[in-house]
Amino acid sequence: MSDLATSPDALAGPTPETLPRDGRRSYWAAVRERLSEDRVTLAFMTVILGAVGAALLAPWIAPYDPYATSMLARLKPVGTEGHPLGTDELGRDMLSRLIWGARTSLLMGILPVAIAIVVGGLLGVVAGFMGGAVNMIVMRIMDVFYAFPSVLLAVAISGTLGGGMGSGLLALTLVFIPSLCRIAETAASQIRGHDFVDAARASGAPARSIILTHVVGNVLPPVLIYASSLISVSILLAAGLSFLGLGVSPPTADWGQMLSSLRQGIYVAPLVCALPGIAILIVSLSFNLVSDGLRQAMDIKS
Amino acid sequence: MMNFFKPKAARALGSPKPDPRDKGGPRQPMLIARGIRKHFPITGGLLNRRVASVRAVDGISFQVQKGETLGVVGESGCGKSTLARLLMHLIPPDGGELIFDGQEVGARDGLSLRELRRNLQMVFQDSASSLNPRLPIEDSVAYGPRVHGMPPSAARAHALSLLDQVGLPAHLFAGRYPHELSGGQKQRVNIARALALNPRMLILDEAVSALDKSVEAQVLNLLRRLKRDFNLTYIFISHDLHVVQYISDRVLVMYLGEVVEIGPVDRIYSAAAHPYTQALLASQLHADPRNRVTEPPITGDPPNPVNPPAGCRFHTRCPFAEKLCTTTAPALNPLAQDPDHAAACHMAAPSSGHSRAAIPGRAAPVPATGPIP
Amino acid sequence: MTPAKTTAPGAAAPRQPQAPLLDVSGLKVDFISRAGRTQAVRDLSFTLEAGEVLCILGESGSGKSVTLRALMRLLPEGRSEIAGRVDFLGENVLTLPRRALNDLRGAGISMIFQEPMTALDPVYTIGDQIAETVMRHTGASREAAMARALELIELVRIPSPERRLRAYPHELSGGLRQRAMIAVALSCYPKLLLADEPTTALDATVQVQVLILLRQLQQDLGMGTIFVTHDLGVAAQIADKIAVMYAGRIVEYGSAEEVLLAPAHPYTRGMLASTVSGQPRDRDLEAIPGSPPDLRALPRGCAFAPRCPRATDLCQREEPGLTPSGAFGHLLCHHAQPSPRNPAPADRAPGELVAGQ
Repeated sequence: MSDLATSPDALAGPTPETLPRDGRRSYWAAVRERLSEDRVTLAFMTVILGAVGAALLAPWIAPYDPYATSMLARLKPVGTEGHPLGTDELGRDMLSRLIWGARTSLLMGILPVAIAIVVGGLLGVVAGFMGGAVNMIVMRIMDVFYAFPSVLLAVAISGTLGGGMGSGLLALTLVFIPSLCRIAETAASQIRGHDFVDAARASGAPARSIILTHVVGNVLPPVLIYASSLISVSILLAAGLSFLGLGVSPPTADWGQMLSSLRQGIYVAPLVCALPGIAILIVSLSFNLVSDGLRQAMDIKS
Repeated sequence: MMNFFKPKAARALGSPKPDPRDKGGPRQPMLIARGIRKHFPITGGLLNRRVASVRAVDGISFQVQKGETLGVVGESGCGKSTLARLLMHLIPPDGGELIFDGQEVGARDGLSLRELRRNLQMVFQDSASSLNPRLPIEDSVAYGPRVHGMPPSAARAHALSLLDQVGLPAHLFAGRYPHELSGGQKQRVNIARALALNPRMLILDEAVSALDKSVEAQVLNLLRRLKRDFNLTYIFISHDLHVVQYISDRVLVMYLGEVVEIGPVDRIYSAAAHPYTQALLASQLHADPRNRVTEPPITGDPPNPVNPPAGCRFHTRCPFAEKLCTTTAPALNPLAQDPDHAAACHMAAPSSGHSRAAIPGRAAPVPATGPIP
Repeated sequence: MTPAKTTAPGAAAPRQPQAPLLDVSGLKVDFISRAGRTQAVRDLSFTLEAGEVLCILGESGSGKSVTLRALMRLLPEGRSEIAGRVDFLGENVLTLPRRALNDLRGAGISMIFQEPMTALDPVYTIGDQIAETVMRHTGASREAAMARALELIELVRIPSPERRLRAYPHELSGGLRQRAMIAVALSCYPKLLLADEPTTALDATVQVQVLILLRQLQQDLGMGTIFVTHDLGVAAQIADKIAVMYAGRIVEYGSAEEVLLAPAHPYTRGMLASTVSGQPRDRDLEAIPGSPPDLRALPRGCAFAPRCPRATDLCQREEPGLTPSGAFGHLLCHHAQPSPRNPAPADRAPGELVAGQ
C-alpha cells in the first residue's frame, strides 16, 4: 500500500480532529477530562467525598461517643462550648451523632441503588436484548411494582418485614429495581436495533459476547446517570422510613431517625432540630447536581 | 414461483484469480439464491393475531459469479435491504435456499451459519448506528477475529493492518472513537470490519449512499482496489443508478419484493426490457441544465408491499398495462435475443398475449431511454 | 398546466421598483458553544429576483442549510449570531421586530423541508393544517380556509383531493406527503420559497415528479425560490442560478449553465469530476482528496487549499477575495481562470460529464 500517500484514497486533507492522535484514549478518560473542567460538579463531588470520608472516619473524628447521654446538657443550642452543634433531647453531642449518622444514611442511600443497578440493569439488558416473550415477562412483573407509589411501596415492604435496617435496605432496593430495569431495557432495545449489533451477529458472535462487548457499555451511561440521581431519593426515603420508625431503630444514629426524635424540641432549640434535615438536604442536593454534571460529561458527542 | 434464471456460466469476467479457499471451481457461482422469501407479519387486535403480512421479499432467485459485482437496484420498500439481511441470515428467511460456492447453507453436509458468515460479510449504510460509539475503531475491527478465536494481540495487529489498507493510517486513527471520524472515514472502518474475517464475498447495502459526492468517489475507488487485492465478489445494493452502473458487472432490478429484470450492466442501461427499469433510468438526473426532464417517466409512488397488486405488481403504474397484466403475473424469462438478460414482463415474452409482446428476433419492444409517452 | 387564475394573488404582488426580491449581503452566522465559536457561514452575498430559482449547492457542513435558516431567522437565538443584511423587498429581515417576523414567516416567506413527517403535525389532518395557516395569516373564516385548502391540494396535484383533505400525514405515501407539505407552504402564496433538500429522501421516480411540480408552481406563481441541495443533478434540473458553497462561503456563483458546464473554481470542477455519471468502468473516479475542514479551526488562507490541485503558497497564506465572473456571478479563488468559459487544459475537461459536448 505504498501508493496510499499519493492516491486519491489517501486522507491527504485535514482531519477534523485536534485530539492527541497516538495512543488510546478510553471513553472514561474522556469523561474524566470533561468532568475536571466542570467546577460546579467538582465542588459538589468534594462535598460528597467529605461526607463519605467523615462517615468512614467516624470513630476517630467524632469528638464524643454518639450514644453518651447527659441529662444536664439537653437541647443545648448551636455554639455551646464543647458542643459546637449543640446537643439533642437526651444530651448527646449533635456533631458526633451527625458524623455517625452519615454512616447509616449514606449506606442507606448508596447500597440499595448499587444493588438495584446490578439486578435491575441485568434484567433490563436481558429483556431489552432478547425481546419477545422474555421481555414481556420481565417488564410486566416490573409493571406490577410500578403500579404503587414508591414511598407507599417502601413503607409497605419494610412494614411487612418488621422494620430494622436490613428490611429498610431491602425495601429500598425493591423500590429502585423497576425504574432502573426500565431504563436499561429501553437503552438495550435501542442498541439492539443498531447496525453494529447486526454487524457483530454477522461476524458470528454469540449473544453473551455481544451483550458484554456492545450492549453493556452503551447501556451503562444512562443507567449510571439515572442511578446517581436515585441516591438522593434513597437517602430521603431512608430518612422517611426512619422518621416513621420503620427503618433504623433508636438509638442508632441516622439522620432521618434524628429528625424524627428531635421534633419534640423544635421550640427549645430550633436550629439544632433542623440540623439533620440540613445534612440530608446538602447531601442529596450534591448527589443531584453531580448526577447532572455526570450526564453532561458522559454525553461525549455534544 | 420458482423461476430461476441462470446466465451462461462462462461469462466474460476475466478469469478469476485462483483462490486456495475455492471449493467448487471457477465456474461454480459464488452464491446461488433460490426462491428466497420473507413475509413480515402484521399483528393486531387483542390477541396479537396475524392480520396481514408485508411481502418484503417474495421468491427471489439469482446467482453471483466468482469475482463479479452484482448491482441490486430498486426504490424504497422494494425489499433490497431485507434481501441483504436474508442473505446474511440476520433475519431468518421463510423459504428458499442459499448455496455458497457449491455448499448449501444450513444443510446437514453443507455450510454452517458460522462458516457462511466467515465467508460472506456485510457493509452497512453509513449512519450513526453502524459503529459502536463506545469502542475505539480498532476494537470494532478486531472484534470479529477475536470472536473466531484469534488471540487479542494478533487480532489487534490484523485490525491495524486493515485500517492501513482502507486508507486510515493506523498510527493516527486506531484509537479514535466513531464520533471523532467523518462520514467517509466511518465508512472505511465499516469496510475494514467487514474484511476482518477475510471473507470471499461482501454485501454492500447502500454503502456509499449517505456520503458526500467527493467522498463517495474516494470510497468507490477504495472498493474497486480492495476487490482486486482481496479477490472479492460483491453484491452492491443501491438506489443510485449512476453508481450501480459504474461498479456493477450485472444488475438486478427489484420491484415490490420481486426481481423484474436482471442482466449485464450495459444491456440493462442501453436496452432495458422492463418498463419499470426504463422508468427508473429515465428518472435519472444529469448534471446538465440543458437536458432537463420535463415529463415524469411514471407517476405515483410505489404501492404498499402489504397488499401488492394482483397479476404483474407493476401494472398499477405501467403505461402499457393491459387486462392480461392485471390477472397473470409474468415469469422472469430470458429474452429471446439475449439469453443473459431476463425480464418479468409480458411484453418481453413472445406469445404472452400482450399486444406489444416481443416478436422473436426483434429488439426491445419500446424505446429504452427517454420518457415513456 | 394549472390555469393561472388560481395564482393571481401572489404573482401580481406590487414590488418596489429597483429593490430585488431578496438581497443578501455580508451574511455571517456563528454558532457559539462552550467549546468555542464555529463560523458556519462567512460573508455571503447574493440577490434573487421574483420568479428565479437559486440553488445553493454544497456538501454536508458547507453551511448551506444554515444559510437558509438564517434568512428566516430560524436559528436558536442564544447559540447563534447572525450579522449582515437580508433585505426582503427592501426590508432587513434580521432587524425586524418579532411580530413582523411572525407575519412574514408563512406569508411572505415560507419553507419546505427534507422530511415532511417532522414538518407536518401528525395529529391534524392535511386540510386542517393548511386551513390553520390560511386563517392565521388572512383571518379567513374556517369554510373559506377549507375551500382554499382543497384548492391548494388540487394545485399540488394530489389525486382524489377531497379524500386526502381529511387524511392524516401518516396515511400518505412519501411523495404525497412532500406534496402536502408544499401545499402548506404555498397556503398564503409566499413571494419567496425556501426549500431545504425537499427531494433528497424521495425515490428517484418520485423525486422527478416533485421537482417538475415545484418548477411549474414556482413559474406559475412567480415565486423566488432558494433550493438547497447536495445533488448536482437536482440543481441542473431546477436552478436558474447556482451558488456553490464550501466551508461557509460561496466559492462560485453564476448561472446554472456557467457553473455546471464551465466551472471555474477547482472545487466545483472537482465535484463535477467526482460525480459518478457514466464514467468508464475500468478507471478510478477523480475524487477530491481529503475531507472538508473543521469549521472550528479553519486553515489560514483559502479553506479549500489543502485539497486543491492548484494550490500555491499564496493560497496557504491569504484568503482569496471575490473575482467577478460570468454575466453577474463571482468566484473565490486566487487562480481562477480569466474566462470561465475556457476550461483549464490541465484538468479533466468538465464537458466529459455532460452529454452532447
